[in-house]
Amino acid sequence: MTATDPLVSVRPRKRANPLAGIWRRPLTAVALAVVLTVTVAVILAPLLAPHPPLAQDLLHARSGPSGSHPLGTDDLGRDVLSRLLYGGRPALLGTAVAVGVYIVLGMTLGILAGYLRGWTDRVIVAVMDVMLSVPIVILMLAVLAIFSQSNVAAMLTLGVLSSAGLARIIRSACIGLREELFVDAAKVSGLGPVRIMARHIFPGLVGQLLVQVCLFSGIALMVQTGLGFLGLATPPPAPSWGGMVGEASQVIQQSPGLLVVTGGLIGLMSLSFGLLGDGLRDLDQDRRRGISAGARKPGRVPIAKETAETPDTAPDTGVLAVRDYSIAFATAQGPRTVVDSVGFTVHPGEIFGLVGESGSGKTVTGLSLLGLLAPGGTVTGGSAWLAGTRITGLPERELQRIRGKEIALVSQEPMVALDPYFTIGSQLGEVVRRTGGVTGGKDAVRQRVRELLTSVHLRDPDDVARRYPHELSGGMVQRVVIAMALAGSPKVLIADEPTTALDVTVQAGILDLLRSLRDERGMAIVLITHDLGVVADVCDRAIVMEKGRIVEEGPVEDIFYRPRHPYTKKLIASTPSIATTEGRIA
Amino acid sequence: MSSIILRRLALSVPLLVVVSAITSLLESFVPGDPARTLLGINATPEQYEALRAALHLDKPFVEQYWLYLTGILHGDFGNSLFSGESVLAVIGQRLPVTLTLVIGATLLSTLVGVLLGVYSATRGRFSRRLIDVVSLLGSALPNFWLALMLMSLFAVRFQLFPATGYTPFAQSPGQWAAGLVLPVVSLSIGGVALISKVTRDAMLSTLARDHIRTLRASGVRPASIIWKHALRGCGMPVATAVGLSAIAFIPGSILVENVFTLPGLGTTVVDATNQHDLPVVQGAAITFTVLVIAVNLLVDVVYSLLNPKVRAA
Amino acid sequence: MTGTPVLQVDGLAVRYPSRGLRKPPITVIEDVSFEVGQAETVALVGESGSGKTTIGRAVLGLTPVSGGRVLLDGRDITHLTGRARRALSTDIQAIFQNPYGSLNPALPVGRTLAEPLLADSTRARSEVRDHIADLLRRVGLPEDAADRYPAQFSGGQRQRIAIARAVARQPRLIICDEPTSALDVTTQAAALDLLSELQQSLGCAYLFITHDLAVVKEFAARTLVLQHGRIVEEGSSTDVCDRPKHEYTQRLVASAPVPDPVLQRSRRQRRLELEATS
Repeated sequence: MTATDPLVSVRPRKRANPLAGIWRRPLTAVALAVVLTVTVAVILAPLLAPHPPLAQDLLHARSGPSGSHPLGTDDLGRDVLSRLLYGGRPALLGTAVAVGVYIVLGMTLGILAGYLRGWTDRVIVAVMDVMLSVPIVILMLAVLAIFSQSNVAAMLTLGVLSSAGLARIIRSACIGLREELFVDAAKVSGLGPVRIMARHIFPGLVGQLLVQVCLFSGIALMVQTGLGFLGLATPPPAPSWGGMVGEASQVIQQSPGLLVVTGGLIGLMSLSFGLLGDGLRDLDQDRRRGISAGARKPGRVPIAKETAETPDTAPDTGVLAVRDYSIAFATAQGPRTVVDSVGFTVHPGEIFGLVGESGSGKTVTGLSLLGLLAPGGTVTGGSAWLAGTRITGLPERELQRIRGKEIALVSQEPMVALDPYFTIGSQLGEVVRRTGGVTGGKDAVRQRVRELLTSVHLRDPDDVARRYPHELSGGMVQRVVIAMALAGSPKVLIADEPTTALDVTVQAGILDLLRSLRDERGMAIVLITHDLGVVADVCDRAIVMEKGRIVEEGPVEDIFYRPRHPYTKKLIASTPSIATTEGRIA
Repeated sequence: MSSIILRRLALSVPLLVVVSAITSLLESFVPGDPARTLLGINATPEQYEALRAALHLDKPFVEQYWLYLTGILHGDFGNSLFSGESVLAVIGQRLPVTLTLVIGATLLSTLVGVLLGVYSATRGRFSRRLIDVVSLLGSALPNFWLALMLMSLFAVRFQLFPATGYTPFAQSPGQWAAGLVLPVVSLSIGGVALISKVTRDAMLSTLARDHIRTLRASGVRPASIIWKHALRGCGMPVATAVGLSAIAFIPGSILVENVFTLPGLGTTVVDATNQHDLPVVQGAAITFTVLVIAVNLLVDVVYSLLNPKVRAA
Repeated sequence: MTGTPVLQVDGLAVRYPSRGLRKPPITVIEDVSFEVGQAETVALVGESGSGKTTIGRAVLGLTPVSGGRVLLDGRDITHLTGRARRALSTDIQAIFQNPYGSLNPALPVGRTLAEPLLADSTRARSEVRDHIADLLRRVGLPEDAADRYPAQFSGGQRQRIAIARAVARQPRLIICDEPTSALDVTTQAAALDLLSELQQSLGCAYLFITHDLAVVKEFAARTLVLQHGRIVEEGSSTDVCDRPKHEYTQRLVASAPVPDPVLQRSRRQRRLELEATS
C-alpha cells in the first residue's frame, strides 16, 4: 500500500473482513475460540487422547475424574475424554458435510434467482417453496432406512434440503441491494453489472452468509447428535457425541454426571455457533449502518437538582408556560444537551410557532411537554406549566391523566400515525371513551365520533369511521389524527410538522383547518415547523431555535420584518419564495 | 383470503408428490436387490417374493411409484415389512400421541413465550438481558439433552413425574397428564426461546412506532396500548414464530418420544428406520408432510385475519 | 438556447403491467414531450404521484419506456442497454433525493467518487486521486473526506459528495431528482448555490425534478408542471409562477406559502376565493 496509489490508499482496510472488530466483542471472540479449539482437538484426537476410545477398564467403570481419566470413565470403564475427542469426529464431519452443501447450493440458487430474476427466479422460488416445506428430519430417516448408519448420506440430505433457507435469504438480499439507490447511482456512473456485483452486492452478502452458516452449523450439529443419540448415524461401539448421551441416559440413575459432561459439550459447541452467529450479525449490521464496531452504550443523564426541587409557583400568564427549560439525551460520550434553557409563554387562542432546522431541539421540546421524550431523553432543568399546573417531573400516571384532555399531539407522518389494525371509528371511539367524557353507551360514542370527524371537515364521517387508515389519503388521515387530538377538548395542541409530509395543496387545507379550530375553540396551538412559509401563514407569535437555544422571539411580523439575530436573517434569506423576483436563474 | 388458502393447497400437491417420490426413489438406490438387502440373508423365498410384490419391485420404477400413489389415494399406504400390519393402522394408532405432544408444546410455548416477551419488552434492561440468555440457551441446547436433564432432575432425583412410559387418557386422565408434563415441557423449550425473543423484539419496535405515540398522546391507558394495540401489531411476526416452532416440534417430537419412550409416531419411525421398514417410514414421511402443510395453512389463515390490507382485498 | 437541445423527450409514455390479468396496465407517464437546451435548467414540478421521478428514471434508463423517444444530442437513447448505455455516463449523470441511500455506506467516499472515473479506464491512478481531491475541493469538502465513510457526514455534506460524483466526468446533463428536499433550508440554499456555480463553470444542463415551486422560481429558467403523468403547463418559470394559466397550476401556486406574513395573508385570501369559485 503506497501513497501514490489512490485507489489502494482509500480502500477501507476492514471492509472485506467480516471478522474485523470481533475482538471488541468478548463473547463472540470466546465463541470463536471455543469452536476452533474443540475442532482442532477433535481433529488431533489420535495425538491428544490419553486412551484408545474403545479400551475398556472394567475395574474402573463409572469412576469420577482422576489423574488417568480426567473426565472419568463410562459404564464399561472407557475413558470419557478420549471418547469425547474421537466422538466429535462423526459429529463435526457430519456438520461439515451439511454446511458445505448448504453453502454451495444455497449461494448458487440464491444468486441465480436474485440476479437473473425472470423465469429462472420463478422456477427456483417454486423449488425453494417446496424444499422449505419438506419435513427434513423424516426424509433423513428415510435415507438412513436405506443407507444404514450412513452419517454422510443423512447430513448431505440435511444440507441439500436446508439450502433453500439460505438461498431465500441470499436472493432477497440480492434483490434488496439491487434496489438500493446507491446501486442506481453506480449504474448511472457507468459501472457494468460485474463491477456492481463485486463492489456493491457481494460485500453485502458475505456478512449475511457467515451469519447463516454459523446458525446452520449449530442446527446441523444438533441434528447430527440427535441421530447419534437415536443410534442411527454411528454404529456402536464407535464413540459419537450423540451416542454417548444415549449411553449416559442408560445409567442416568447411577452416574448422572456423565449426562452433564457429554451433552454439555454438544451444548457448548452449538451455543458457541449461535453466539458466533449473533455476534457476526451485530457486526454486520453495525458495518452496514457505518458505525464502528463495539460502540459504547449510552449512559444515564443526571437530572439537575433545580428540576426536582423547583418550587411549584406558576407564572401568572399563559395556558402554557415554559421557563429555563433544558433537555439532554444520553450518549456514549455522556449526556448531550439538546435544549438549553429555553423559555416561552403560549396564550389561549394563539398559534405559536416553534421554528428551527433539524437539530434545533424544536420537536424534542414539543414532545417533552407531553412526557413523550424518546428513551434516553430527560428534562434536566427548568419547568413547564400547563394551565397553572406544573407538568415537568410529573409521574407517568399523572401525565396519562392530562394527555388527551389538557394537551394533545398531532405528529408529522399521518400515514403511520394511526394503528393500521383498527378502523378509524374503533380507534377514535377508544379515545372518546377514555378522554371525551362520554358516559353513554355505544351510540353516544358513535355520535361523538361522527361529530369529531365532522368538525375536521371530513365529508362522509360514517364512511371514514368504517375504514382502515391505509384506505384513506394522507390529508384525510391527518384530519382524523387532528380529530383524535380534539376528542378530549385539550387546551393546548402540539402540532409537530403536521403538514411536512403532505403535498402543498393538501397542506393549505390542513393549515386552514388548524386556523379555524383555533378560532372556534379558543385552543392554543404550538406549531413545530421548519417552514417559514407555514409560519407566515398561520402563526401569531413564534420563537426561532438554533442548536437548542432560542435566538429570536416575538410576533411573526417582527420576526419577518425586523429580525434581530443573524441566524433568523439567514433563515429568511435562505427560504425560497414563489413571490420573489431575484434568484439563481441560469 | 381464499386465494391464499388455494395457493397453499396448490403448493401442497407438488410437495406431497416430491416427498413420496423421494422416499420411493430411495428404494432404487439400495445396492443390489432391494428386497434381498432389506431382508438379510436368513429370509425364506416366500418372504422374499412377498416383499418384492409389496414393493412392486417386479415392475419399473415409474409404475411402482404410480401404484404407490394411487394406493395412497385409496388410503392404502402398504403394510409394514416387519409386523405385516397396515401402515395406515399403525399411523392411526400412533399419531394421537405425537399430535398431543405437538399441540401441547405449541400452546405452552405460545403462552409462555408471549408473556415472557411482553414482560421483557415493557420492563427494564435486566429483563431484556434475561430473555436474551433464556432464548440463546433454549435455542442452542439440543432438546434431547434438555429432555434427559429434566428427566434426571424431576423424574429421577425428585420423582415428581414418571420418567418414561405413557398412560392412555381413557385409563387415567391424571397419569396421562403427569406423564406428558416433562415431554411437553422439554419439547416446548426451543419454541419458548424463539417466540419470546420474537415477541420482545416486535413489541419493542411496535412500541417505538408513531401510532403508539399518537395513542399515548391521546391519553389511552398503557394496558390497552400494550395488550390491545402493540400486541396486535406484533401479530404477524409472532404468528410466524409460532408456526416455525410448531413445524420444529414435529421432528422434535421424534427425539422427545424416544427419550421418554412414548408410543408415538416418532418412536415408530425410528424403529422402522432401524428395521429398514420402508413402507412405515414412507407413511410417516407423508403424515409429517401433511402436518407441516396444515401448520402452514393455519399460519396463512391467521396472517390474513391479522392483516386488514389482505382482509379487505 | 442555442444549437441542438441536449435532451429531447418526445411523446414519452411509461406503463406498468397491473397485477390482475385482465386489468389494463397502469399508466404512470403519458405523452410527455419537452426539451432541455445546453447549459439550461428546466424544472419538472409535480406533487406526489405526478410521475415526475419516473420521467427522470426513464431518461436515465433505470425504468423501461413503453412509448415515445428520448434523444441525447439528437441521438436516440430510449432503449439503449448494456455497454452502450454505460457509455452514456460521460454525458448524463444524476443526483438523487436521498443522500443517505445514494451513497454505499460500506464504501469510503473516495471509492464512491472513483466510480464514474473507473468506467473510463484510460486514466492513470495518480490522476484519479488528484481528480478526487479536486472534486472534493470544488464542492467545499476537505480533501481527507475521501478516506471517511458516508455515516461521518451530515445530510448536506453527503449531498455535496453526490454532487461531486455527478460532475466527476463533466457531463452535459444532470438529472437532479429532488436534490435538496431532504435538506434544511440553509443547507438547501448552499447546495443550490453550488449547483449554479458548477453550471457556470462546467456548462452542464439540469433537469431539475421537484415538488417545490418556490425553489423552481429561484433556480430554473423554464418550468413544466406535471399532473397525473401529463404536462399541464409549460413556460418560463416566472410566467408559470406569476401568471399560471392552467387551473391546477393556479391552485399549486396559490397553495405555496411565502415567508412574508402580510403578503401571505393576501395570497391566502386569493386562494380561498379561487377555491370558492371552482
